[in-house]
This record gives sequence, structure tokens and C-alpha cells, in this order.
Amino acid sequence: MEDLYREVILDHYKNPRGHGVIEGADAQAEGLNPLCGDEVSIYVQFADDGETIDEVKFSGRGCAISQASTSMLMEMVQGRTATEIAELPKEDLLEEVGIPLTPVRLKCALLGLGVLKVALHRAKGTPLPEEWAGLDELDLK
Amino acid sequence: MAVTARPALDAQKLRADFPIFEQKIHGKPLAYLDSAASSQKPRQVLDALRDFYETSYANVHRGVYLLSERATEAYEGARETAREFVNAPAAREVIFTRSATESINLVAYAWGLDNLGPGDVVLVTELEHHSNFVPWQYIAKRTGAAFRLLPIDDNGELQLDALGEIDGQVKVVATNLVSNSLGTVNPVTKLAAWAHERGAIMVVDAAQGAPHHRVDVQELDCDFLAFSSHKLCGPSGVGALWGRAELLEKMAPFNLGGHMIRSVKAEETTWGELPYKFEAGTMPIAEAVGFGAAMDYVSAVGVEAIADYESELASYALEKLAEVGGVLTYGPPPERRAGIVSFNVEGIHPHDVAQVLDSEGVAIRAGHHCCQPLMKRLGVAATNRASFYLYTVPEEIDRLVEGLHKVKKILG
Repeated sequence: MEDLYREVILDHYKNPRGHGVIEGADAQAEGLNPLCGDEVSIYVQFADDGETIDEVKFSGRGCAISQASTSMLMEMVQGRTATEIAELPKEDLLEEVGIPLTPVRLKCALLGLGVLKVALHRAKGTPLPEEWAGLDELDLK
Repeated sequence: MAVTARPALDAQKLRADFPIFEQKIHGKPLAYLDSAASSQKPRQVLDALRDFYETSYANVHRGVYLLSERATEAYEGARETAREFVNAPAAREVIFTRSATESINLVAYAWGLDNLGPGDVVLVTELEHHSNFVPWQYIAKRTGAAFRLLPIDDNGELQLDALGEIDGQVKVVATNLVSNSLGTVNPVTKLAAWAHERGAIMVVDAAQGAPHHRVDVQELDCDFLAFSSHKLCGPSGVGALWGRAELLEKMAPFNLGGHMIRSVKAEETTWGELPYKFEAGTMPIAEAVGFGAAMDYVSAVGVEAIADYESELASYALEKLAEVGGVLTYGPPPERRAGIVSFNVEGIHPHDVAQVLDSEGVAIRAGHHCCQPLMKRLGVAATNRASFYLYTVPEEIDRLVEGLHKVKKILG
């Protein structure tokens, strides 16, 4: 338990980074975790090169794990390119989150990353990894 | 906890019948507060399953040999037990299915497709589990019938006054007997009378009701009633549908295949008698026998005693949860509620609540409970739900409350 709600998770949960909305964002997507009804929206603004993530924000509601992991994701992707993020393995985020997760909670932890990849896919045509294929139709509004 | 009414139920003693409680969860005794999702199984049911497999198992209704006769006798015996359990007029009106969900799908497809059309109205309640919501919504759409919802008030009780606003030719009224989310016990008899005045059929989802309340289809005056084994101390994979013979006889079959036929020819196939017309293929034979043993077990404890006891537990839980502070509970007062308490801890997501509780050995449900329309009505994405059964002891509720203090300490 102490592992699961370790200090860094609670910190991101209670003080989420990049929480908010970007009006008229360059890229945007909303996702839903059908298991618990959690929703997350992600907004991306690109730099002048049209490729580098200049600003990224998220909004929505969810459990501590989904909120903290999405908050961590916001810090991870800032300043990186759409192509890099499209290729970002989920393990990188999970390593950052750094807690043992059951299959149900894994879906919470990865909701934000999936939504971000869909947003980039829609705006830049970056590929969706196989594991996210179909997410566009199935889980996302 | 002060035990007042009918001391007929001794949960501590009954608990000894359930081997699951002999283990530790995260090093702590199991507090199982998720019986509304599925109940645990007593040794009597497990023994009945094992005994059936070891001494009497064969396919039913086919063989001329002794084992098949024994198996058939046990399977049909379970049907008679189910008939008695819901006080149905005849055993041939009791159909075994895969689940309560399949029972409702059977009615929605086999009755709905042939009897619904444009101008007709299908009315379900805002309290429904998806199992009694989605099939009706789907069949209404396919047939062109309108799909309407009977609203609830802020207590989670049906607003019967709103029936006056339902216009059109109502053909189906579908409700649960007990809400799986809020524990509301619904006034089925009143709804059935209203439905019958309009020539509509009354369909009751008793998946949550039958394990905890006396069910009498003749007293309820409904037309179809679905229930399942796994919430009633029996094995998963089997459920039952009771329907009025005159309706079942006129209905087309649902699943097609072996055993449900009278004769099969290249040019035409004719259907078998009730209930076999609706039991295609090899049924969950041993599970049905286990279901029978489960109904015997629950009847021996006494469904009225269970209902009284759970009402006391709900009352106790509501009182204790109110003392925690920052806990919001949903649903009607204890006297009109089964042993289900849905709640939220202010500012803390149900998944996190359930996760911390799990580390304390306390199992509750967190989520939308297959009731997304209801969650929307309550204005929440999800709730926590603690639910009770005949083996639940007040100490488990105390541990839930202690766990909630820990939840607040960690995440508050």
C-alpha cells in the first residue's frame, strides 16, 4: 500500500502539473476508461517548427493513479517532438510512475498516454502502436 | 450492534459454512463486502456439485442408461426447486439459462422482436443494471419502438407519479426488484398493475432481489422474472427465467439447436414443449444442480430472515458511515433498502478508496456498477459500494469504517 501511494504519486495527485485546458489547441483528444468512467482530455500546442511540444495540459477526473501518471506524463513530454512521443514505450511512463500495478490499475495509469497518442495521431498522423489500435473507436469519444 | 428482530439468522455460525473465509488477504482476515457482485459459496453447494460429478454425471434427457436418468432427475429436481423458490405455478414455466442477463435477453429477443413496433413504448427505470437496460434499448431500436425511462427521486426511489407522463402504447415495463447500486426495493406489484392496465408485460430482474428477499411471482403479478445462481450462493454460469406459460408458448425460440426441437426435416423444424423449447444444446447441468442446492441452502436459512438481517446491517452501516465525516451515502432509508450501501468519500476517487481498503483485507466494489445512466443521474462517475449477505458480520462493517479512516489519512 505504502508502495502504491508513495510520496511522489501523492504529490502529483494533489498538485498535478499541467492541469488545465488550452483553448484552440493544435492537438486534442478525450478518453474514457470504461471500467470506472474516468475521463481525461489532453491539449497540445506545438512550437513554430510544428513538431515540438511547446505546451501540454490535461483536464478530467480520475483516481490518484490516473491523475498522477498523467501529471508525470505532462512533464515527460514537454519539449519533445510528436514523433518521439508517438514512439514512447509505455514502459517509460510506467518506470516513472514506479509502482506495482494490477491489470485494472494499469489501465488507469496508461489512460493519459493513450489519449495523448491519439491526439498526436489526429493532428500529425503519427502512428498508433498496435496496442492502441482500435482505441480511437472503442474507448474514445 | 443490537440485534433486535427475529434472531433466526446467526451470521457468525453460517460463516463457518463458507471455506473462503478461512484464508488471509494481505495477511488479514477477509471482510467480503461485495456480495451484490457475486456471493460466496457454502460447503453444502460445493459438496453437491462434487457429489453430482462423482456419482451422477451424464448428459440429461438423452441416455436410456442409469446415469443419465440420475442426472436428469437431479437437473429436473433443480427446476422444481426453482419453481418453489419463486412460487411459480408450474415447473415447465421455469427455463434454465446462462445468467439473469441471458434470461432478459431471451425475453427481449423472443418476445420483443415479434411484439414491438413503431408507436409502442418500452419503459425501463433509471435504476436498471445494464442487463435490464441495454437489451430493451437495443430491441426497441431494432423494432422502431420508443425507449423511455421512469425517473427516480433524490433518494433513489422510483417516481411513480411520473407514470402519468408516459404516453403511447406501453408494451413492456421492465424493472429490477432490488437495485444493485442503491439497494432500493422497488414497488413491483404497483408497476405490474399499471402495466397490465395498458396491456403491457411486466418484466422483473430479480438477480439482486431473489437472493435477499422473498420472491413470489404470483404475488408480484409479473409476467417474466429473471434471476441467477451466482448471487445466491450457487455456481456461476447458470440462471433462470420464469415466464407465464401462455406467453412462453406463443414465443419463438431464442437459441436454436439440439434438444429444443420436436422434429427436424430439411424443409421445416418444429419446436419442442416448454421449457425445452428454450433450452438448446447441453445446458450447465451440474451448475443447475448446484443452483438447486444453493436455493435449498438459502431457503433453509430463510429469505425473510435474510432480508431482516440485511436491513439491520444496512442501518448499522449507514449510521457508522455517517460518523466517519465527509462520507456521502446514496439511496433510500434502511426500511426500504436491501443490504447495499453506495457511498463516496469526499474528494477521493472510489478506485483509490477500494485500493486502500483492499490492503486492509476489505473487499468492496468501486465503479459504475453497470449502471451508467444511474451514475449520471446521481451526478457521479462512480461510487463505492459495500454489500452484505447472510454471512456478513457487523465486524466487517467496523473494519470498513476503520479502513476509511486510513483512506482519508493517506489521500485526504
